Amino acid sequence: MARSIGFNLLQVLFVIALAPLVSGVLARLKEVVQSRRGPSIFQPYRDLRKFFNKDEVVSEHASWIFRVTPYVVFVAPIFVTTLIPVLTSYPLFFAFMGDMLGGGFVLALGGFFATLAAVDTANPYGPMGASRTRMVGFLAEPVFMIVFFTVSFIAGSTIPYIVQEHWVTLPEFFAPSHVLLVIAFVMLILAEAGRIPVDNPSGHFELAMIDESKNLEYSGSGMALMKWGGQMKLLVLMCILLNVLVSPWGLAHGQSIGDVLLAAPLVLFKIGLFILVLVVIESSLAKLRLFRVSEFLGAAFVTSVVAMITGLLRF
Amino acid sequence: MDTLMPVLASLNGLAAGVFLLSAFGLLATRQMQGCVRFFRLQSLALVASIFLIAIGMRVPDLIAVALLDFTIKPLLIPWLLRRYVREELFRRREIDQVLNIPSSLLVALALTITAYFLAVILPPAAGSMGNINVPVGLAGLLLGAFTLAVRREAVPQLIGIFAIENGSLFAGIAIAPRLPLVAEMAFPFDMLIIALVIGILTRITQERVGTTEVGALRSLREGGAE
Repeated sequence: MARSIGFNLLQVLFVIALAPLVSGVLARLKEVVQSRRGPSIFQPYRDLRKFFNKDEVVSEHASWIFRVTPYVVFVAPIFVTTLIPVLTSYPLFFAFMGDMLGGGFVLALGGFFATLAAVDTANPYGPMGASRTRMVGFLAEPVFMIVFFTVSFIAGSTIPYIVQEHWVTLPEFFAPSHVLLVIAFVMLILAEAGRIPVDNPSGHFELAMIDESKNLEYSGSGMALMKWGGQMKLLVLMCILLNVLVSPWGLAHGQSIGDVLLAAPLVLFKIGLFILVLVVIESSLAKLRLFRVSEFLGAAFVTSVVAMITGLLRF
Repeated sequence: MDTLMPVLASLNGLAAGVFLLSAFGLLATRQMQGCVRFFRLQSLALVASIFLIAIGMRVPDLIAVALLDFTIKPLLIPWLLRRYVREELFRRREIDQVLNIPSSLLVALALTITAYFLAVILPPAAGSMGNINVPVGLAGLLLGAFTLAVRREAVPQLIGIFAIENGSLFAGIAIAPRLPLVAEMAFPFDMLIIALVIGILTRITQERVGTTEVGALRSLREGGAE
């Protein structure tokens, strides 16, 4: 049992330590594709160090929510990490504390607090970003539900460790419900993590930004925690997509620490491949106008429902 | 062969999924180019499904049908449309719709689910592999008809007609894979002629009236009164 808890902690450390790197690689690759040089892949670490060393300024009108939010945003992805397979293919100590739905709730809790904090201060742009985030959020909600329903019907469970066992066989892997589910989930990740067709993660134009404007009031270590939390959220979503839904290969099967450590580079390799896909998507699409977001997520909804009916109404 | 069957069946299922998804795409894209592109994708999924059924159920005739469909639907028809419909139609970015896109998607979803229930009435597929083709083909047919109803421009409506044909063929190959080749050959050639005739008609309408928006064609114009 001690070993199981140890591996769980190892997974958490993996996510905490490598989330900035993943964001750095993503940003760098995007710049390279646009034939620019771009910042170093370690720039997110430097940013975090810079923010931690700076003074924090909190508006005197801000309530406790504003102060608590960075911690909630930082901790929520860590909780989810303990529930999902990041490095091992067998369930660890906390695995049965919550299923994918529970993980989704915990992630949503972080988002909820971030929205509240954006409204909390009197900054005019914060509430604008907050209401837009909620708009994207409530349009994404039905897709989430249908995806989870489909997963639970097809795999017979929503515990991530059981679900990933299901897709390993070849005929199941190419089943239409699986492939369409993955497409819908990728669209969902793009919307939830504020990536390009929905939101421009590197845009700082006040009238257009969605996710970015929620952190405008933060500074110093609060800002660092918010940024780090956002990067971890992206990494956690990628882990759910890759290790549970798409490619449950390369995870550690053995119980020894060596196996688990060996899984880390393999998982990183998979994440690298997915980053390439993400870069292609982000570089070949333009950001949608705000009221077209509903069409994008409508398409995701249709995809997930088609996945459900091709999976469920088999006869 | 027996170990291959489940993989073939699930690949066929995947083709069915792509087929259905591109039927939704046909309905919901705003751009003319996108519409043609989705039609291509749908036809490719159809060809893939025909090909897989031909292998899985050992019907060599179907391979010829697949090849024929492959040359005509994704290649020749878009080329014909490009050639005979005037450039302006393709250069216009957006197509008008009677309903807005999210609500037409929802109606389309309802139609799809209806198709699943209606498929029970249809004759069952000849082999277990084609089971998924019957409801999906029927859904493709209904969605094509809905595209026809919801679009206002001539070319997307034409593509809607083709989508109806794609849908019925998709279901048809599963129900009667051993239909004589002659019967199967008739449809693609019919489609070519439809594309040609409607393409030329669209071109002339565009020249005379200045629009191909069906909703705008209200008043009668006498022939030769230029």
